[in-house]
Amino acid sequence: MAKNRKLLAAPYLIWMIAFTVIPLLMIVYYGMTNRDGAFTWDNVMAMARPEHLGALLLSLKLSISCTVVCLLLSYPLAMILRGRGINQSSFIVFLFILPMWMNFLLRTYAWLNLLDDGGILYTICENLGIPTISLIGTNTAIILGMVYNFLPFMVLPLYNALMKIDQNVINAAKDLGANQVQVFFRIILPLSFPGIVSGVTMVFVPSLTTFVVSDLLGARKIMLIGNIIEQEFSTADNWYLGSGLSLVLMIFILVSMAVLNHYDKNGEGTSF
Amino acid sequence: MIKKICSQIYITLIFIFLYAPIVTLIIFSFNQGKGGQWRGFSLEWYRELFASEMIMDALWNTLIIAVVSAIIATIIGTISCIGLNSLRGKAKSIYLSLNNIPMLNSELVTGLSLMLVFIAFGIGFGYPTILIAHITFCIPYVILSVMPRMKQTDRSTYEAAVDLGATPIYAFFKVVFPELVPGILSGFLLSFTMSLDDFIITYFTRGPGINTLSTLIYSEVRKGIKPSMNALSTIMFVSVLILLVVSNRKKKDGME
Amino acid sequence: MREPLIDLKNITKSYDGQVILDDLSLSIHENEFVTLLGPSGCGKTTTLRIIGGFETPDMGQVMFHGQDITNMPPHKRNLNTVFQKYALFTHMNIAENIAFGLKIKGKSKAYIQDKIKYALKLVNLDGYEKRMPDSLSGGQQQRIAIARAIVNEPKVLLLDEPLGALDLKMRQDMQYELIRLKNELGITFIYVTHDQEEALTMSDTIVVMNQGYIQQMGTPEKIYNEPENAFVADFIGESNILDGTMIWDRLVEILGVRFDCVDTGFGTNRPVDVVIRPEDVILLDPERAQLKGIVTSVIFRGVHYEMSVEVGGFVWKVHSTTMFPEGTQVGIRVEPSNIQIMNKPESEDEEAVSRNGKK
Repeated sequence: MAKNRKLLAAPYLIWMIAFTVIPLLMIVYYGMTNRDGAFTWDNVMAMARPEHLGALLLSLKLSISCTVVCLLLSYPLAMILRGRGINQSSFIVFLFILPMWMNFLLRTYAWLNLLDDGGILYTICENLGIPTISLIGTNTAIILGMVYNFLPFMVLPLYNALMKIDQNVINAAKDLGANQVQVFFRIILPLSFPGIVSGVTMVFVPSLTTFVVSDLLGARKIMLIGNIIEQEFSTADNWYLGSGLSLVLMIFILVSMAVLNHYDKNGEGTSF
Repeated sequence: MIKKICSQIYITLIFIFLYAPIVTLIIFSFNQGKGGQWRGFSLEWYRELFASEMIMDALWNTLIIAVVSAIIATIIGTISCIGLNSLRGKAKSIYLSLNNIPMLNSELVTGLSLMLVFIAFGIGFGYPTILIAHITFCIPYVILSVMPRMKQTDRSTYEAAVDLGATPIYAFFKVVFPELVPGILSGFLLSFTMSLDDFIITYFTRGPGINTLSTLIYSEVRKGIKPSMNALSTIMFVSVLILLVVSNRKKKDGME
Repeated sequence: MREPLIDLKNITKSYDGQVILDDLSLSIHENEFVTLLGPSGCGKTTTLRIIGGFETPDMGQVMFHGQDITNMPPHKRNLNTVFQKYALFTHMNIAENIAFGLKIKGKSKAYIQDKIKYALKLVNLDGYEKRMPDSLSGGQQQRIAIARAIVNEPKVLLLDEPLGALDLKMRQDMQYELIRLKNELGITFIYVTHDQEEALTMSDTIVVMNQGYIQQMGTPEKIYNEPENAFVADFIGESNILDGTMIWDRLVEILGVRFDCVDTGFGTNRPVDVVIRPEDVILLDPERAQLKGIVTSVIFRGVHYEMSVEVGGFVWKVHSTTMFPEGTQVGIRVEPSNIQIMNKPESEDEEAVSRNGKK
């Protein structure tokens, strides 16, 4: 019986090998060969070329900014939600994820609609007779778009981590003489650390690799590493180079996955 | 008291940030003509939207792909959970880590890698490739929602049923399965919405001529503001709102 | 009388319109082991939280050494709490947990090290400094929670059902441990529990609470032997509570039979509650007895037999070392000093405060 049951896990195992493991190996293969099928480091080393390195550094800069902004916006919100009754806070969370259910591209388009030259902000400025601000095609616009799209990924894990903290643990700290600030830095912050890690990963990875937000809000002026890889595949047809660059990008993803895994395993987070 | 007011202001500001773009989008979907200038109420963009065969095709594709991939992902995911539940130790943890890859990996990499594999295996791009890709990233969510339920189901109830003379299969469907249903349902819904919302992976695995709403929107809005997309957003937002409110009501009624 | 260490004056507290504590006054002295005992919802935990500073009363005052601390935040109070389910800091090891309060007060490293050592020794967990709370058993976690509190040298230790999550054996061991700790430290313990056995074993003074009122306050012996009302009698140990009529001083009628007793001052021909402990009921040959009945059930309990005896529609609980088989005709006799007379309460939540609680 137990043996039969184990077999039920087999089909998906085969599926995972075919459509998760082998595809990743394909990237490694293409990334490390040239058009003749010979082994080479060139595709990976291509990341060091100025146009690629610049895009990578810009991607890192924007995605880190986005992550920091998300964290700074979400933490107070999650703390406020923790302080509210469960009914009230679940209603706020509902309102919070509602926009997430609308299509990702339409959400980004909404910002294009606001920020574009000749868009709504532009027209408002024009009508008021103040100098028009043109954010489209700037880093700010891209960070705004990223934050808008990925903010819920930060709020939800933080909210869950903070809700898990027993009020008595906080009371115990107060009881032992800790004031508000000490309670926050010595108890609440470290105990919510697993939530911070998972929120940071969930925001950092998609914002590092995005090409949609930069495409729509960057006005073709801003090339992130995601755009470069996408173009290698879709227009330049150079899968070898695209795979090589992806491999470098995956290093960042792997590092953040490893960090996340470490804290997920320990559940509560053991060090800070 | 001051704290309360501050937190209220903070929440309000966040909600303005979240909803201002959507609200302006909705308002301008009723505008006459293009641009940020209000020129009077009109339904012309809605007319254009519904008149566009391309959009209607894409909508249809999106729904079919979401339904089919969610159903298949739910079936495979649930069956795997049953098998997974009798695995132990290392085998189980390896299985689960493999399962986690599509969730943690960047969509860009997942999409690209699937594209490469389809080319290598000689699978022509079209519905099947989109479906395979969607099923691949949906199953992990099914497993994620069914597994906790599986753990909660008491082994002894199954054993009691067998002890009382039920065959293992009968016992499974009568005793274990009903307890899994909420998990399976939420896995299905999660898959469905993930599939609906996906752009990046579809973008790399679709064939020429096949559009889902996401890929269509992408090609439309890359060129700039398209008021018919405002109309589409309005319709999608309103339908999502109605759907969520209704399902929340149902959930609450169910609990009472 | 000595000046009390903690003085609760006319405390009233309600949540959402529901009164939890109603005009409660209570004095606690130095070096006393006081137990707040009562069923859930009686207000005992709220009382403790008000003393600890986690709740503010709607009305009334909390005095500590004659100083009003009603609105003082918890971190400024010179008392510490051991929480239900321990509330250890799971992200810190044992040493860091214990050091928490001392670090906040800015004590020196050497001092903190000494204190950690001392506290771990005191709770019999030497060498556990580097362990994480998750790796400890419930009983060990509980002792760490106590150690974490006492290194701060509080005047008062508040304990909120600290043994509730432990199994029976562990609970009994911890009871002795707590008594020992209290004697070694020489500080005041205020202990909240719904377990009467815990209360009787450990306390100097028991405060029996119900529905926001103090029902009775006194030594364990006094509470057990001389319950002041039916609630206390029923809550503390098992008892037979019968309707009776006080004929005159020292004579009460139960089930139509007159019994000698030792209580006076209840008036004449007044309806009263009569409490008789199961172990005080003597079963004997029907001929020599005051009441006659039939044994309806017998259960062996180890030290004694637990029997039910029906007399004219009322079922007596009887504990005895001699067994009478089911169906036997038996006689019942009660020594006058074992009959406890109580006024009938005028209402469900009538207040009955003991004024002679402290020797």
